[in-house]
Amino acid sequence: MSTDAVGRAYPRLEGREKVTGTARYAVEYPVDGVTYGWAVPSTVVRGRITRIDTTQALASSGVLAVLHHGNAPRLVPGPDLDLRLLQEPSVHFRGQFVAVVVATSLEAAREGARLVRIDYDAGPHSTVLTDDHPGLYKPDHVNPSYPTDTAEGDFDAGYAAAPVRMDATYRTPAYHNNPMEPHATTAQWRDGQLLVHDSTQGGSPVRATLAELFALPPESVRVITEHVGGGFGAKGFAKASVVLAALAARHVDRPVKLALTRQQLFGPVAYRTPTIQRVRLAADADGRLTAICHDAISQTSTTREFAEQTAVYTRSMYAAPHRRTTHRLVRLDVPTPAWMRAPGECPGSYALESALDELAIAVGIDPVELRIRNDTAVDPDLGRPFTSRNLVACLREGARRFGWAGRDPTPRARRDGRWLIGTGVAGSSYPARARPSSATATARPDGSFLVRINATDIGTGARTAVWQVAADALGVPPERVEIRIGDTDLPTASLAGGSMGTASWSWAVIRAAGALRGKLREGVPPDVEVTAEADTADEVGGQPTRPRYAYGAQFVEVRVDADTGEVRLNRMLGVFAAGRVVNPTTARSQLIGGMTMGLSMALHEEGLLDERYGDWVNHDLATYHITGCADVESIEAYWLDERDDELNPAGVKGIGEIGIVGAAAAVANAVHHATGVRIRDLPIRLDKLIGLSALA
Amino acid sequence: MRAFRYHRPADVADAVAVLAAEPRAAYLGGGTNLVDLMKLGVQRPEVLVDVVRLPLDTVEELPDGGLRIGATVRNSDLAAHPVVRRDYPVLARALLAAASGQLRNMATTGGNLLQRTRCVYFQDTTKACNKREPGSGCAALHGQNRDLAVLDWSEQCVATHPSDLAVALAALDTVVQVHDTDGPRDVPIADLYRSPGTHPERETTLARGTLITAVRLPPLPAARRSTYLKVRDRASFAFAAGSVAAVLDLDGDVVRDVRLAYGAVAHRPWRAYRAEQELRGRPFSPELAARAADAELAEARPLRHNGFKLPLTRAITVRALSELASA
Repeated sequence: MSTDAVGRAYPRLEGREKVTGTARYAVEYPVDGVTYGWAVPSTVVRGRITRIDTTQALASSGVLAVLHHGNAPRLVPGPDLDLRLLQEPSVHFRGQFVAVVVATSLEAAREGARLVRIDYDAGPHSTVLTDDHPGLYKPDHVNPSYPTDTAEGDFDAGYAAAPVRMDATYRTPAYHNNPMEPHATTAQWRDGQLLVHDSTQGGSPVRATLAELFALPPESVRVITEHVGGGFGAKGFAKASVVLAALAARHVDRPVKLALTRQQLFGPVAYRTPTIQRVRLAADADGRLTAICHDAISQTSTTREFAEQTAVYTRSMYAAPHRRTTHRLVRLDVPTPAWMRAPGECPGSYALESALDELAIAVGIDPVELRIRNDTAVDPDLGRPFTSRNLVACLREGARRFGWAGRDPTPRARRDGRWLIGTGVAGSSYPARARPSSATATARPDGSFLVRINATDIGTGARTAVWQVAADALGVPPERVEIRIGDTDLPTASLAGGSMGTASWSWAVIRAAGALRGKLREGVPPDVEVTAEADTADEVGGQPTRPRYAYGAQFVEVRVDADTGEVRLNRMLGVFAAGRVVNPTTARSQLIGGMTMGLSMALHEEGLLDERYGDWVNHDLATYHITGCADVESIEAYWLDERDDELNPAGVKGIGEIGIVGAAAAVANAVHHATGVRIRDLPIRLDKLIGLSALA
Repeated sequence: MRAFRYHRPADVADAVAVLAAEPRAAYLGGGTNLVDLMKLGVQRPEVLVDVVRLPLDTVEELPDGGLRIGATVRNSDLAAHPVVRRDYPVLARALLAAASGQLRNMATTGGNLLQRTRCVYFQDTTKACNKREPGSGCAALHGQNRDLAVLDWSEQCVATHPSDLAVALAALDTVVQVHDTDGPRDVPIADLYRSPGTHPERETTLARGTLITAVRLPPLPAARRSTYLKVRDRASFAFAAGSVAAVLDLDGDVVRDVRLAYGAVAHRPWRAYRAEQELRGRPFSPELAARAADAELAEARPLRHNGFKLPLTRAITVRALSELASA
C-alpha cells in the first residue's frame, strides 16, 4: 500500500520547539564546566606575526588561556591553510584568526581578546579584483569539478558573421552570507574522543575533516547538528570556528563554546567572490542565437583555491552553434571565497539573463518569446537530451499569472506620478543532483517505525520532508514514523547543499524502507524489532550521465522614483519546475527565500572593500543592507506538476537554490524597462539612477 | 572581564553629580546606540547612570502654544502624540522614518539627539578615527565615504549626524533644556552641535556631564504645514541617504516664512538658512525651490563616493516644498 504524505503541507516537526525557544543550537547546550572562546582576527593583511604579548590578557579576570601559533596543539599538516589554524606565524588575509582567548565567561573572553598584543611584520598586499590584474590565471577546474573552459564551433567567426550582436560586461560585488545563527561550536574532549555540537550544513564531512586534522579515527569524532540556524552555503564544510573550538578545548582540557561574531562572518569563513563577466551574444534576425560567449573573472585567496563556476550556467541554458565559456582567477590577499546560495548559477545567470534582455531589445523581440525561441531539448554542453526541461512551460505560466501579455517594450513608457514603472523577466535553472547516503529503517513491535539518517536540517524543513517520504516508502501514516537526523552516530549522509539534500537522503530512506518491507514480508516474530539498512553509493554512482535540471521563470515589476532614483519592488513572481514537491509549505519558503535573496543582491547587498585595510568595512547588518520585509511588497512562487522518473526514487529536483537564480537579472531588466538605464554593476542603488527626470 | 557599575539616580541633580564625580561615567537612555558601542569597544564607560526612570517622560502643552517634550519620552510615544501629529507633523514623520518599531520603542528623545555617527570607521576600533581616538587620523576621508558628509567637513572628520529627529528639531528652532552642576539652562538647538573642525571628538557644545532634560518647541502655527522626507537605500530600517525637514508658510503664493533643515549631509543637522533666505518673500515655484537648494549647497565639497547627495538633496527640497505649497 502507499500513503500520500508526500505533497501535503505538514507543519515542521520541530516547529513547536523552535517557536517556543526550546530547540537547542550549537552553543546552547548546557555543559558542565564549560568555558568560552573568543577568536582574535589579524589586523594586517599579509605578513608575519613577530611577537604575541599575552601578559595583560592572561592577567584579566576570568581568562584561562590564550592560544596562538606558539602554543596551540599541533594539527596534521596539509594543504588547506584555512583550517590549519594557529600553526604558523604567517598571515594571509585581514581577519585571519591568529589567536583564541579562553575564559570562564563570554565577556571575559572578549575583554581578554582586546588585551592580546600582536606585532606584525606586514608586507604589501593586493585585494582588489580587476579584469587586467597581472595575476590572472586559468585554474585546472572550477567548482566543484567542471572544466574551466569550453568551446564548440567557432565563436569568433560566428559572432562576426551575425546580423545582431550584443557585447556587455557585468560586475557583481562581494556578497556575504549571513545565517541568523553564526558559525558556532561546543567542543568537548573525553578520553581522546572529540564531541562537537556544530552549526554546519553537514555533520559527516565535518567529522571527516576533524578526524584528519587531529589524527583521529573517524569513530572517535562525533558531530551533533540537531538544529542549525541557516547556512546559505557559508557552513557547507568545516570552518574555522569548529577547528578553533576543538583546539581550545584540547588546550584547556575543558569544554569550550565558541561562536563567531557577526563581524567575523564577513570574510574569514565564507563569502561570494566578486565577479567581472563579459557576455557576447549573436543572433539572426529572428532572435535565434548563433553565438554565445561568457568570460568570467573572479578571485580566490593565497591559502586555497576556490573557482566560482560563474559561466557554467551558460553552457546548458540556451543553444547556439558557436559557443565558448572561460573562467579566470586571481589569487588575492583576501579570505577564500566559498559557496553561497547557487554558486556559479547565481552571478552567472545575472549576466546571461541580463544580456538576453539586451539582445531582445536589439532584435526587437519580446524577452519571453526570445527565450522560448532559444529553448533546446538537448543539452548543448553534454549533447544529450535533458531528462525533463520545462523552461518554456514556466515562462508561459509565469507570463499568464503575471499579466505579461500586451507589455509595451518601450523603456520609460509607464509612469504613475513620480514613479517610473517597469517589468522584467529572466530564466532560471539549477542542476538536480544527488550524492550517496545511507540510512536505516526499523520496525518496532508497537507498530511504529524509526528512520535514522545523518541528514541536516538547516532551517529548510528537510527533516519534515524526509519524514514524509519515509512514511510513504514504509506505507504507513507518518504519525507512526519517527525520524532522527543531525548526529554522526546515525548512518552517514550527504550534506545539506547543492539543492541535493532531499534527493540524496530520500533515496537512502526509500531504499532502507524497501529493504525493511522485504524483511517484514518474510515474516518476523511479533515482539522483535527489525532493522534494515541501505547505502546508495553504488546506485547513485552507477546512475547514467544525463543532464538533469530544474527550471524556472522570474517576473518582476519595479517602480523607480524619477527624482531620487529609489527603486522599490511592486511584485515578484516565480514559476518553477522542480520535480515532485514534497511539502508545499516549506517548498514555498525555500523558493520565496531564494527570490528575496536575489532581490537583495540586485538592489542592496555589497561588501565595501577598503583596499588600504584589505577588508570589508560594512561588516554588520546595520551597514551591509539586506532586503527586509518592507522591501518585498508582493512575492509569489508557483510550481508546475512535473514528473521525471530519471532523477531519483523520490522524483525531486531540489528547491534550495533555484529561487535565487535569475532573480537579480529580472530585477535589473525591470529597472531598465522602467528607466531606460541599464545598470551593469550591482547593486542598483539610487546613486546610479538619480536625476532621471532631468533626462525626460 | 571588564565590569562596569550601574547607577539609578534619584533625581536629575543626583545624575549630574555622579557624572561630575566620575570621569568615566556615561548616561544610559534607551541604550540602542550606547550598548552597541560598548560591545564594539568604541565606548568603555565605567559607570552607567540610567536616566530613563527619571520623571522626564511627559509631553506638556505650554501656555505660549509651544510644547515641552521630556528627555525620556520614547520615540514611538512622541510620534503617536496627538498634539505632535496635529501641530508638528514634520516631527512625527521624522520619528516614524527612523529606525525600526522595536528601536523606537526603546529610544529616548534626549538619547536620540546625542547618538553617535554610524561612520563605519568610527565603529571599528582597528581603524583610524579622530572622533574615536583623537590624533589617529580619518580613514573615511579617502575610504568608503558614500554615507558621509558633503558640507562643513574637515580633514579630521567627514562623519554625518545620524538622527532624523534632530533634523526636524533643527527646522523648528527647538530649545534644548539641559542641566549641569550649575543648574538648568536653555540651549538653542542651533548652538547645540559643533562642526568637526580640529576636534571631531567634541560633537556638542555641552560640557561633559550635562544632561538633556527636555526639548521645547516654540509655538509655530506654520508648522501645521510641515513635512519630513527621507530617502534611503531600502524601505526597511536604514539611515538616510538624504533627508529634509520643511515648514512652509505661504501668503497667497508668496513665501511668508520657511524652515528647512537637511540630514545626512554634515556633522550636524544642517539648517538651510541660505535656502530659506532665497525663498522668503518670493512667489513659490519648484524652480525657486531648486535655486534655493543650489544656494545652500554652493559650498558643498563632495567626497569620492557621495556626490549624489547634492542632486538628491536638491530633489527632495523641491519635492518637500512643492508638496507643502500644494497641500
